[in-house]
Amino acid sequence: MNINRIATILGLLVIALWPLLVHDVFYQRVGALVLLAAISASAWNLIGGYGGQVSVGHVVYFGAGAYASLIVFTRWGWPPLAGAPIGVAVSLALAALVGTPTFRLRGHYFSMATIAAAELVRILASNWEVTGAAVGLMGPPVPRDIWDFSFTSPVPYHYLFLAVLLALLWLTWLMQRSRMGFYLAAIRGGDRAARSLGVPVLRYKLYALLLSAGFTSLAGTLYAVMVGFVDPESGLGILLSVKMVIIAALGGAGTLFGPLVGAVILVPLEEATNAIFGGGGTGITFIVYGAIILFVARFQPGGMAVIWRSLTARTQASRGKNRAA
Amino acid sequence: MILLQVVVSGLLMGAVYALFSSGLTLIWGMMNVVNFAHGDFVMLAMYAAFYAFTLWHLGPAFFVPGAAALLFVLGVVVYLGLVRNVARGPMLAQILGTFGLALVLRYSAFWAFSANFVSLPENLVGGTIDISGIRIEASKLLGGAVALAITLGMHLVLTRTMLGSRVLAVAEDRNAAMLMGIRPDRMQALAWGVGAATTGIAGALIALFFYISPTVGESLSLIAFVVVCLGGFGSVPGALIAGLAIGVIQALSAYLIGAVYQDVLVYSLFLAVLWVRPQGLLGKL
Repeated sequence: MNINRIATILGLLVIALWPLLVHDVFYQRVGALVLLAAISASAWNLIGGYGGQVSVGHVVYFGAGAYASLIVFTRWGWPPLAGAPIGVAVSLALAALVGTPTFRLRGHYFSMATIAAAELVRILASNWEVTGAAVGLMGPPVPRDIWDFSFTSPVPYHYLFLAVLLALLWLTWLMQRSRMGFYLAAIRGGDRAARSLGVPVLRYKLYALLLSAGFTSLAGTLYAVMVGFVDPESGLGILLSVKMVIIAALGGAGTLFGPLVGAVILVPLEEATNAIFGGGGTGITFIVYGAIILFVARFQPGGMAVIWRSLTARTQASRGKNRAA
Repeated sequence: MILLQVVVSGLLMGAVYALFSSGLTLIWGMMNVVNFAHGDFVMLAMYAAFYAFTLWHLGPAFFVPGAAALLFVLGVVVYLGLVRNVARGPMLAQILGTFGLALVLRYSAFWAFSANFVSLPENLVGGTIDISGIRIEASKLLGGAVALAITLGMHLVLTRTMLGSRVLAVAEDRNAAMLMGIRPDRMQALAWGVGAATTGIAGALIALFFYISPTVGESLSLIAFVVVCLGGFGSVPGALIAGLAIGVIQALSAYLIGAVYQDVLVYSLFLAVLWVRPQGLLGKL
């Protein structure tokens, strides 16, 4: 059996059994947060990693999902999860609106347009009473029934997030092997070259963005369901976009398990600094985050995926040698 | 009369925008790499000015050139240590490299200088000047005038001197410039130094009349992007006109609609221009 498959199965097994392996609520909560971060980073990975279009404004879709679920609760008393389809619909519309014109822009221009669009939405949401303006929105204070999906234990969230993550990874895996996967790889290599090969560049960028936006929005809803609160900073702050990019890039942008690996490394790190330094830890977390992506960009833009590949190549080679001897 | 005063105040702020944006446009035109930390460079210069005054009681005549020198060195170091390498890498690395730098600078500033807003004393550059009914703070007038002079000076150096021609030659075609005996690496390091020095001067000037906080760089970066996109990538005169225009638009929208919406208008304009004319209003792609 090959080493990649063993590592994958072992890794997924540990993740699936995590809430049973640790009994401390703190560690169980970290596990659920890892999965949530992995969902949004894997969603970003569809357009940012596979498609090579570095969006720094994905928080717009995350925020749409988070706000939709708490708006349907505060306005109509629906369970927050019922906001998911609305959040996804709004995100798809936004993605089409932002994506169609900006996909003609290449490289940096696209990144900057996404930042500007996200900041625009954040300012508007901070001043609109439907979104709770600067104060934000609250979820159900006490669960009314099972549909509110409001639990004190992180374990149910863990399995909800795991189910969504597995569905997303399965879709990504299918996409990777399909025509679309090859088209996106060509687009990542360069717009012009891809077009000259007959790839419908704009259309496939848009497909990837729609898929990505939909799942990012779902991550936003799941966040709101678990935390029960969203405000402009926690739902639409630029740092959330940045986090998705960093997590995916550290693990390996454009690889299936890269974002999950990135989340497994970074989220516990963030929780640890927050636990050690308290409220002042947020600043230190972002110094560390910034330094990590700076070094990833400078020394190994492929992230952990490339490091892993070179490591396994070496062990594979040495095993081959042993067998020959 | 008040409207005219708002416009003049916007023009003066716009001149400072034009100054640090022309630094960004120089870097960008030179090697097609964006400095996502540009606004955070401005933030560092603002703190440099603040501490130069509060610790050593140095006036603007000292801390403006001082901040320029400091940021020049930072720009060269960032080029040699980071940008030179990521520029050859994939797009993701180019974006993440300077974005990571921006995060490190911004949150180190949080940690080092605390999140509290600070500002230089208002009367550091004396009082208010009254020109036929239009009242302007002297600090703003000084800041705007110096910024305008330096931006124009930079344009003249780029277009009228041998050194400027060398820089522009590398921006035009790196390999052809190399064949002409120009060292592109040196010119690019110089462009980063000068580009960062403009943020040094601009930051020290804004500090005279603007609040200083660790996160101020975030919106300043976006403003620099807007100005550069409007003016056309690599064009200093374009950055000057666009900077002045953005300053006036911000001042007018803050006055007419409300201060909260001044950036809404600027970002919307930016998106509209990117969609309609991605090469900028004056630029070529």
